[in-house]
Amino acid sequence: MWSFEKYKENIACIGENGSKMLYEELLEASKVFERIIPSRSLVFLFCENTSGAIVGYTSFLANKIVPLLLDSSLEIDFAESLIEKYRPSHIWLPETVDSFDYPVILNRWGYNLLETKLEPFSLHEELALLVTTSGSTGSPKLVRQSYKNIESNTRSIVEYLKIDSRERPITTLPMNYVYGTSIVNSHLSQGATILLTTKGLMQKEFWRFFVENEATSIAGVPYTYEMLKRLRFTSMSLPSLRTMTQAGGKLHPDLHREFAEYALANGVDFVIMYGAAEATARMGYLPPDKSLEKYGSMGIAIPGGKFDLIDDAGMVITEPNTIGELVYYGDNVTLGYAECGADLLKGDERAGRYETGDMATRDEDGYYTVVGRKKRFLKIFGNRVGLDETERLLRSAFSNLEFACSGVDDRMTVFMTDADVADQAIKFLVEKTGLNRTAFKAIVVEKIPRNEAGKILYGELNKIDT
Amino acid sequence: MTNLEKYENAFIECVGVEREQLKGLNYQDAEWDSVGHMSLIAAIEEAFDIMLDTDDIIDFSSFEKGKEILEKYDVEL
Repeated sequence: MWSFEKYKENIACIGENGSKMLYEELLEASKVFERIIPSRSLVFLFCENTSGAIVGYTSFLANKIVPLLLDSSLEIDFAESLIEKYRPSHIWLPETVDSFDYPVILNRWGYNLLETKLEPFSLHEELALLVTTSGSTGSPKLVRQSYKNIESNTRSIVEYLKIDSRERPITTLPMNYVYGTSIVNSHLSQGATILLTTKGLMQKEFWRFFVENEATSIAGVPYTYEMLKRLRFTSMSLPSLRTMTQAGGKLHPDLHREFAEYALANGVDFVIMYGAAEATARMGYLPPDKSLEKYGSMGIAIPGGKFDLIDDAGMVITEPNTIGELVYYGDNVTLGYAECGADLLKGDERAGRYETGDMATRDEDGYYTVVGRKKRFLKIFGNRVGLDETERLLRSAFSNLEFACSGVDDRMTVFMTDADVADQAIKFLVEKTGLNRTAFKAIVVEKIPRNEAGKILYGELNKIDT
Repeated sequence: MTNLEKYENAFIECVGVEREQLKGLNYQDAEWDSVGHMSLIAAIEEAFDIMLDTDDIIDFSSFEKGKEILEKYDVEL
């Protein structure tokens, strides 16, 4: 998986307190874990952007121990339900978190290793890594990624982003978010130095760390770019910056153009990308030299991958500028989902083909633009949030009341019939999803419109949502 | 509405707190995350018809610190 031997003397990561960790230390750490955790064990890894998470992640993969990546601030009830469902043998988490009763058998790098002694499930030999599909609505469904998936996607990313050992990406995304994981994989595979910070874009400490350590790249979801705009990013002086990437949902075309213009004028590569956890991380990218010319587009398939558009009958569309469902082919298409412990033994269910659920067009030059979605979900601050799941959550929390969820990316509209619960409902969603309240808007209607079959008429509702 | 009320209301609306919780409120308390921060800054800029510099936006780390920053923009609270 890794070739750390080759980069022994290089710095793998720098923490926000300035502490450095060499690739040699990652190699040694791997040996520590090898002695404690048997190969083919399942470990829950609670991620934060610190060296402890990196050391655990790289060591687990190197030793064929399968980690499930979770956010270190994950709601405890949800974490416990996952433990019950998947029965990890160990948990690797920041020493500051003491939510679990299991004994600590190792304390290093600011992290604790807990041993659960739970009866394990068997793991399929190709299974390398597990990630959640949508942490925010509390779904226990996981994506199963193989070693081949990770290696293939890492290779493609390194190639199209031209990553080498001189790169110094600064963390702006959680490591358990596949876009964040892909940054870790692609840079550590080339001996580069990751700048690890738990601070965010809106904090002075983040920018000080950026400047002092000469970050070369920054990554963001659409909302990150909204924030950068508000920070008047384009007038900041960041001479070390060479690359900006964007994924996690479609960037507004105006913002895409604005940042493409900035990048062009400042010698920065601005790379719009497209992906999903089900495809390990990346599927498409817009070459930076086309960023301005093709603004609004998400580009072409990554090296080694292929896109098709299919019509309602499942036939491949050959004419340009015709809307169809986007289908991706490549070695990074993951094995499938897991919904219970027994599923961890399943093999490859997708055979390299993934129907994205996104509707797209292809222009005469072969560039793809996402124009809509087949499935009912929104991307909120880069996170996939299912609308039907959210309705179900609301209905079970506020029994006997009717709710309908719709809206646009970064702003869900919740329609309800009872004005008295509007505030409570929004508060409930904020707590349940961990998303900021600006992500939700409540509209009170007399009744939720339905067709004769009882299906909610979202089109009618959207008309009154201005 | 006084300027102080406008200032307080921006917090109440954007970071989900009650008026009584404002004193001593810091970034990352309640719902004051990066998203909340962005809407808070937008609300304050609109309420006082000002435009904050980048350095002030990222320095705006508490309810009290924000008051100091607004002084520079001749907003009397």
